Amino acid sequence: MAQHNDANKVIGKSVIRTDAVAKVTGRAEYTEDMHRPGMLVAKYFRSTISHGRVTDIDTTAAVQHPGVEAVFTYKDVPQNVFATAGHPFSLDPHHKDIEDRLLLTGNIRCLGDEIAVVVAQDELTARQALQKIKVVCEPYPPLIRPEEIMAEGARQIHQGSPNIIGEHRYRCGEVEQGFAEADHIVEGDFTTAMVQHVHLENHIAHAYMDDMDRIVIVSSTQIPHIVRRIVSEALSFPLSKIRVIKPFIGGGFGNKQDVVVEPMVAFLTLQMSGRPVQINLSREECMLCTRNRHPFFLKVKTGVMQDGTMVARDMDVISLTGAYASHGHAIAAAGGAKQSALYPRTPARFHARTLYANIPTAGAMRAYGSPQILYALECATEDAARKIGMDSVAFRLKNIARQGDINPLSKEKIASCGLAECLEKGREFIDWDRKKREYAHHKTGPVRKGLGVACLAYASGTYPVCVEIAGARIVLNQDGMVHVMVGATEIGQGSDTVVAQMVAETLGIAYDHVRVVQAQDTDVTPFDTGAYASRQAYVVSNAVFRAASELKAKICRHAALMCGSDAADLDIVGGVVIDSKKSARVMALKDLAIDSYYHKERGGQLSAEVSYKTTSNAPVFGCTFVDIDVDIPLCKIKINRIINVHDSGVILNPVQAAGQVHGGTFMGIGAALFEEVLIDRETGYVYNNNLLDYKFPTFMDIPSLHHDFVETFEPTSGYGNKALGEPPVITPPPAIRNALLDATGVHINSLPLSPHVLFTHFTKNGLLKSRGEQHV
Amino acid sequence: MTGQNDNGFTRIQCTVNGVPRSLFIDVRKSLLELLRQDLGLTGTKEGCGVGECGACSVLVDEVLVDSCIYLAVWVDGKAIRTVEGEARDGRLSPVQQAYVEEGAVQCGFCTPGFIMASTSFVEKHQGQEVSADQIRKGHAGNLCRCTGYQNILKAVEKSLKP
Ligand code: FES
Ligand code: FES
Repeated sequence: MAQHNDANKVIGKSVIRTDAVAKVTGRAEYTEDMHRPGMLVAKYFRSTISHGRVTDIDTTAAVQHPGVEAVFTYKDVPQNVFATAGHPFSLDPHHKDIEDRLLLTGNIRCLGDEIAVVVAQDELTARQALQKIKVVCEPYPPLIRPEEIMAEGARQIHQGSPNIIGEHRYRCGEVEQGFAEADHIVEGDFTTAMVQHVHLENHIAHAYMDDMDRIVIVSSTQIPHIVRRIVSEALSFPLSKIRVIKPFIGGGFGNKQDVVVEPMVAFLTLQMSGRPVQINLSREECMLCTRNRHPFFLKVKTGVMQDGTMVARDMDVISLTGAYASHGHAIAAAGGAKQSALYPRTPARFHARTLYANIPTAGAMRAYGSPQILYALECATEDAARKIGMDSVAFRLKNIARQGDINPLSKEKIASCGLAECLEKGREFIDWDRKKREYAHHKTGPVRKGLGVACLAYASGTYPVCVEIAGARIVLNQDGMVHVMVGATEIGQGSDTVVAQMVAETLGIAYDHVRVVQAQDTDVTPFDTGAYASRQAYVVSNAVFRAASELKAKICRHAALMCGSDAADLDIVGGVVIDSKKSARVMALKDLAIDSYYHKERGGQLSAEVSYKTTSNAPVFGCTFVDIDVDIPLCKIKINRIINVHDSGVILNPVQAAGQVHGGTFMGIGAALFEEVLIDRETGYVYNNNLLDYKFPTFMDIPSLHHDFVETFEPTSGYGNKALGEPPVITPPPAIRNALLDATGVHINSLPLSPHVLFTHFTKNGLLKSRGEQHV
Repeated sequence: MTGQNDNGFTRIQCTVNGVPRSLFIDVRKSLLELLRQDLGLTGTKEGCGVGECGACSVLVDEVLVDSCIYLAVWVDGKAIRTVEGEARDGRLSPVQQAYVEEGAVQCGFCTPGFIMASTSFVEKHQGQEVSADQIRKGHAGNLCRCTGYQNILKAVEKSLKP
């Protein structure tokens, strides 16, 4: 780990993000802003049923429509199936993602499935041509519910492969004994809804050929290097002849950790003699036909002693991945692992299955299975605490992970853990003890009050399931400033900014003398697998620290050559080379830089490049505390106060870190109270794939968001930092559900906790008469 | 409407960020398309194209509109302000500056629309006592998925201060 001179302190400062000015002035270029002259527009012809088979398709009229350049159907595309999940390549053949996609399909597996594509001079022409395509389909009964998908003799959604696409179990400790000895056993069934990422920029990509045999793809993606590999697989086209450029990107949240439109634009430019072709999905397409969050069905059983010790846990999970596997069973597997990370001393057993279904495809979404698992787990934990009449916070403090615990699943020792302090901070902020007493008098009448809490554990990457590789290249410019290229992908989370902070800190120069090259370009950017798993700052820190240290050593050696002193005595502070032994200024970096470039004999372009594999995975922790009012007649929850407290190691940039927490809390509140992709249980029809009907929270729907940190120091990262991007989304839903239970005594074990759900439960539990009047 | 119809095209006069323009435009185009495609002003973004997200917000005669559902021909004789016109002489506008300082920008895709919404709000409420609820209501037509609106609220509060 780094020894830093205090004068160089940039880590921990809220420096202005590298791209803030470009973004507030509208100068930041996103994919759609990089329009190419003469670019053709491609639009998908999509199915209007959720399960079936195309028996006949006639594109004659569409082809003849003026302005149409070409129409391709499922009969015209390469027949090699490919996997779309943005995972690193796996050398283990048993660990590969499921290959179940073609560019277009005649086998319809969800509403909006892609049957044909029209290429036209402009969007309007393409849309008109779509209406001229005639298709005849043989419909099959849609398989929507787990029982019907798993039923004996159910049609295989992908012929030749089972509807259960993944299944695994794990067991840690003496679970049966725990249940046998438990004073109480608490059980519950839980469900979580399908929700959507709704990044503000829809999926968009264009491709063209800059030579006879090279494809350039410009895409709004979180994973440029993985896009390059998957396009190569999908088209059987040499990887080195594919160049992927990622400009600024308008949010992803996991939905762009999947290869969605890129293989198609690459295919189309190949078909169209290298002319530029763009696909720019509409909001409606993006919400229906990209990826969503897997809906889960969970059963949880908890054994608890009267003293508050949880002695056994059993969890059974069904996850619906929808029409195509995408990230598939990895979601339930990653989520399931959080149980043992959060409660490592509780014996636990876990079983999960992932199923195809004729609903929109689910993929990666912020926190990757953990929101579903931890919703059930933290509701079940609350129910267990209540069963023995113990305070919810005290109960958690007794059972949660502590520094030094061994995670029984990974067998790794927890090197840093501030969860107990997070709980203490949250309890104090929300004024838990006093309000608990006060709110005891607000459990009747039309407006009832409650408090809720929930905890989380998360990871800082994907190791050892996947490789964790990051690359950094730093070049000293002629004026003494530096350029940095990283494979770490800036998607709005601020990774470029923290990379610049890391370089400035280690190199000993000012933050604004570091320029991180924003756009990623696989022709030149060092390899990194991209932005996901909250890995970016953690994994890149190890590469950046090493590259910056190496460059610093080179600079000091060059200074030694110039002035004849011993390089070991030299250091860089505030952009000046100093002799630390004599505490004397040696030279400004800019004088050294010009010498290194232009001296006729010594030096050269001073640079350092490191590709580094991180072989650790620091757990992170956090919690949400919430204080709510429940309006019984209106069936509405009002958040009075909410706070997320996180242990994410050293906080690199407090303002940006706060932004991540706010954004996650917001998304968590959305999932808790409003958001759900509404799917017809019989037909698979989706009712609300637009921003009017999908209840995306507006400015007015969200309360003030509070946050705090417990800073620990994580020894396995370059700067003591751990993951932060995804975790804040996890705990608001269970905390709010637990507060609702506290306020009303009504157990609602589903999401979202929207008025019509509350109405049903309040009526069933006698809080409301069936016509909506309140019981006294 | 001034100008003559010619094969679905018409001539309009307007000012864009203070510069008078005479434009021959496709009558079917939205103001968003006019700005992005014809004038190269790509700062204004499209998040939905149907008036739901506010990413395309601009000011027309100082009124905040969703440019994706505002026909280009309607700006004839009017003044348009877009995000590109807000920084002048190499200096950010006070609203832009506040967004930068308060960390109100993440992916930045909603930002141009929000900057215009806040600019309109701040100009209307200059010198007045404004509550957080009024700010929330005044920005309810603009969606942001990254920030939880929290730092945007702080940025607007900061820009309201004299
Ligand atoms: S793009 Fe105009 S409101 Fe969404
Ligand atoms: S900053 Fe990304 S949508 Fe607002």
